[in-house]
Amino acid sequence: MAKSIASEFTKGLWNEVPPFRLVLGLCPVLGVTTSMKNGIGMGLATTFVLLCSNVLVSLLRKVIPAKVRIACFIIIIATFVIVVEQMMAAFAYGLFLDLGVFIPLIVVNCIVLGRAEAFASKNGVFKSTADGLGIGLGFTWALGLLGAVRELIGTGSLKGDVFGMITWDFQNIFGAAFEPLGFAVQAPGAFVILGLLLCAMNLIPSK
Amino acid sequence: MGEMIKMVVVLTVLSIVSGGSLSGLKVFTEPKIENQVMNLVKGPAIRQILEAADNDPVEDRFKITDGEEERNIFVGVFDGTADTVVVESSANGYGGKIGMVVAINMVEEKLRGVAVTTHTETPGLGANAKSDPTFAAQFTGKSITDSFGVTTDGGQISALSGATITSRAVATGVNQAVETYKELKPQLEEQINSMGK
Repeated sequence: MAKSIASEFTKGLWNEVPPFRLVLGLCPVLGVTTSMKNGIGMGLATTFVLLCSNVLVSLLRKVIPAKVRIACFIIIIATFVIVVEQMMAAFAYGLFLDLGVFIPLIVVNCIVLGRAEAFASKNGVFKSTADGLGIGLGFTWALGLLGAVRELIGTGSLKGDVFGMITWDFQNIFGAAFEPLGFAVQAPGAFVILGLLLCAMNLIPSK
Repeated sequence: MGEMIKMVVVLTVLSIVSGGSLSGLKVFTEPKIENQVMNLVKGPAIRQILEAADNDPVEDRFKITDGEEERNIFVGVFDGTADTVVVESSANGYGGKIGMVVAINMVEEKLRGVAVTTHTETPGLGANAKSDPTFAAQFTGKSITDSFGVTTDGGQISALSGATITSRAVATGVNQAVETYKELKPQLEEQINSMGK
């Protein structure tokens, strides 16, 4: 138990950032990152589910019988996913339409179940909170970065907001002569750019 | 045996707590979601097809019970008389349900406009039912005495190229809306009269 709470939090941000280091949860990574805004929105939604399910699983870890633990985890995760979906529809309807089927799909995101099974069911509440938050924010920045790269190459601009609180709008970053490469925002472009980012991440050694 | 009971109890309690809190959440979010859909999806579509109306049809709406269902009816005022109602309907398209709003002129018994609101059709093909105004415009001014269909089925609506199933679904949806309108007509007239417009 040498690892501190802080290190549980920071590992998710860099050493174990899910899409790049663990290469987990790639379905939303490829599916929704057509823009930075969608990537960050999806990341934050996943962070919420991850955080809440980690806390609850950790609190209930002594009560949940081992044989039905997966079923219990899924009930907990599914509940929070529906909460996210309903809240998003009620308060951020535009984002809800953009993310579409990928919000209910958070329930089968293997990162969420993976953290519940591998971490929260074996560790205390504080560590699990730090772990959920760290992994979630790592997922968010990874999706945001991939979304930003794809949006930049695909449209030449960056435009969006996070729940209406933070907005950004950069038009024609490469100058007006830049010809947007539509390939980047299509599905095959997601694979190519994810591959290139993975490659770049591997050039930077993890400790 | 003890473990068995524990498993059942834990799963049951979890499910009950989860179900209970979600239904509580639904009560809280439902009116908000309905507002969002009204403002962001249906509202603009309805205002677009009733552009020339003197009132705001989204504000002048009422609910009517049709069998088990509650339906939203929007009223449009033209030249001082509330002669247009907008009925919502939906039909199965290529990628799921296509929702649409159908405006009917009650005096002339003609369509005043049709617009697709929610859909999950293929971008570039079926999705044109919403984005290509010439498709929906084909319905405008048509009498509601005949049912609608695409030309390949012997109807009067030319289908979107590459999206016959979508076009057929829109025609079906319009037919359903007309059907609903005919069924509810007496109630609708009563409601509109009581609005005093």
